[in-house]
Amino acid sequence: MSSTRNFDMRRYLHRRSHNWTVLALATSATALALLVLAAILFKLVWSGLSAWGPAFFTMNMPPPDRDGGLANAILGSVLMTVAGTAIGTPVGILAGTYLAEYGRGSRFAQFVQFINDILLSAPSIIIGLFIFQVMVVPMGHSSGWAGSVALSILMIPIVVRTTVDMLALVPNGLREAAAALGTPKWKVVTSVCYRAAIQGMLTGIMLAVARISGETAPLLFTALGNDSWTWNMNAPMGNLPLAINKFVNETSEIWNRLAWGGALLVTVAVLALNIAARSIVNIGSVKR
Amino acid sequence: MTDFDQANRLTAEGGHKRAGAFLEFVELFVTARGRRRLPDAAFQLVTLFFTIVVLAILGGIIFYLAEGSVLAFRTYGLGFLYTSVWNPGAEPMKFGSLAPVYGTVMTSIIAMVIGVPLSFGVAIFITELCPTWAKRSLSTAIELLAGIPSIIYGMWGLFTVVPILQEHVQPFLIATLGHAPLIGSLFAGPPLGVGVLTAGVILAVMVLPFISSIMRDVFETVPPMLKESAYGLGCTTWEVMWNIVLPYTKVGVVGGIMLGLGRAMGETMAVTYVIGNSSRIAPSLLAPGKSIASTLANEFNNTSEPLYLSSLIALGLILFLLTFIVLAAAKVMLIRLQRQAGG
Repeated sequence: MSSTRNFDMRRYLHRRSHNWTVLALATSATALALLVLAAILFKLVWSGLSAWGPAFFTMNMPPPDRDGGLANAILGSVLMTVAGTAIGTPVGILAGTYLAEYGRGSRFAQFVQFINDILLSAPSIIIGLFIFQVMVVPMGHSSGWAGSVALSILMIPIVVRTTVDMLALVPNGLREAAAALGTPKWKVVTSVCYRAAIQGMLTGIMLAVARISGETAPLLFTALGNDSWTWNMNAPMGNLPLAINKFVNETSEIWNRLAWGGALLVTVAVLALNIAARSIVNIGSVKR
Repeated sequence: MTDFDQANRLTAEGGHKRAGAFLEFVELFVTARGRRRLPDAAFQLVTLFFTIVVLAILGGIIFYLAEGSVLAFRTYGLGFLYTSVWNPGAEPMKFGSLAPVYGTVMTSIIAMVIGVPLSFGVAIFITELCPTWAKRSLSTAIELLAGIPSIIYGMWGLFTVVPILQEHVQPFLIATLGHAPLIGSLFAGPPLGVGVLTAGVILAVMVLPFISSIMRDVFETVPPMLKESAYGLGCTTWEVMWNIVLPYTKVGVVGGIMLGLGRAMGETMAVTYVIGNSSRIAPSLLAPGKSIASTLANEFNNTSEPLYLSSLIALGLILFLLTFIVLAAAKVMLIRLQRQAGG
């Protein structure tokens, strides 16, 4: 009898230690992930902050070993992100509206959502190649517009997805109440459903903007990059990711410093947008 | 009842639905009731149009990549798929996709081998161990990892991870695993820092937030009753995870892993910075290599030679088809889990 008890005890201890080991590993995996996040941010601040000065934001990209800044690249990034957002948002919202309001449950809508989810994770460099073929080759030159369209194509699937998800959360009672008052369907959608889902849709748009404002690969072949200040979106256009890419691996110390400064700026902007997007939803749920 | 209604009904009864739809369309412009419905129909049509735009994007990508790669496939035939020579300097130029495809597949496999257990650990910690008050901020922090742009991972990889790997990890691997039977050749050669293994390590970090957040989501679909029953029988947390939660959610977990794999295969800038850019397929994981995406990023802008461009676009087509298959499989699995959870 006592031997069975000993045996059980051993087994119990074994199971318990096994459990502790695995849970300790899980905890260290989480710690490692947080450590990586901290290490990246630390490295960016350490190497990038010293580049931030008046010149960084006001001067253009310099030739090697001259003083300069990233003003033209910042302008280009802002212009292309705004244009990309302006193209991508309406397309994404309207397509999402059809899928959620008109096609809900239909085979066609399910198929489109399936394709949309694949586009959501499609390699961004492929989007760059596609726009190169569609816009750069026929136009004969790279341009800020081509870059903007490439960014908008990255954005559309994200906006479609969040629009569909958020419209699906709007209770049917709201639609029925509006319809019972004789409201035409388009009015129900735009004044009732959109209004109910606006916070979630805004979050989706901001996450999409965050995503596209740090993208490098789709701009390589489309916007090409440009070292001088220009508002002309019909010509090659400078932007932050490509400026970083150009400067980071060179021997010029000033270029290196600018690259890290740019990297810090891009990351701060992207993470701030990310956090802001999430907090919209938070505030909303608290109010409700 | 208007004439149009009657006509509609008659045609519908007769089975001529197309004629019915046509009459409905005409009705919009002719009758008073139709004119009131015009904005409605217009709105529906506009939204339908943009839905088709989404489909057209996918169709356009496949069409234009295929069109662009015609020259390469006409020149090299199917040999393009299985030759490993990538030499734009040769006369005439010689291109085969094997080296970049090998790099893409190998870096993604390494990323999964390292990244999946890590993601599983993070998912376990967040669902089972983390105190409730820290759950939200911890999830946000992990998701911020997904927000950091690819190029930043590349720079961090090149300037922080590469020196660490070169000075500490790789000499250790060469001294220990390098002499092991069977797998020894995978860890042979000088510790360069950059290479296929390094790219895999960086990719593992990059896919971690995607995989762990899907795992977390699917773990939450497990009915609490099942878990509580197991705990009630005296199971440990790990036994509940391994014997109850994982079997219940395995389709979703595999779907999440495939989604991460799809991401890893297409990742460009991070890989470009640390893979070392060599067109040779080396047996060692420590050796430099190239992936499809890194080849495109490095070489596409340096040439206007039609055959070179076409070969690069053909590489892009291969990458797109590979990721398409992986992502479609991932999606099918996640949909299956959803059905299971719903029904």
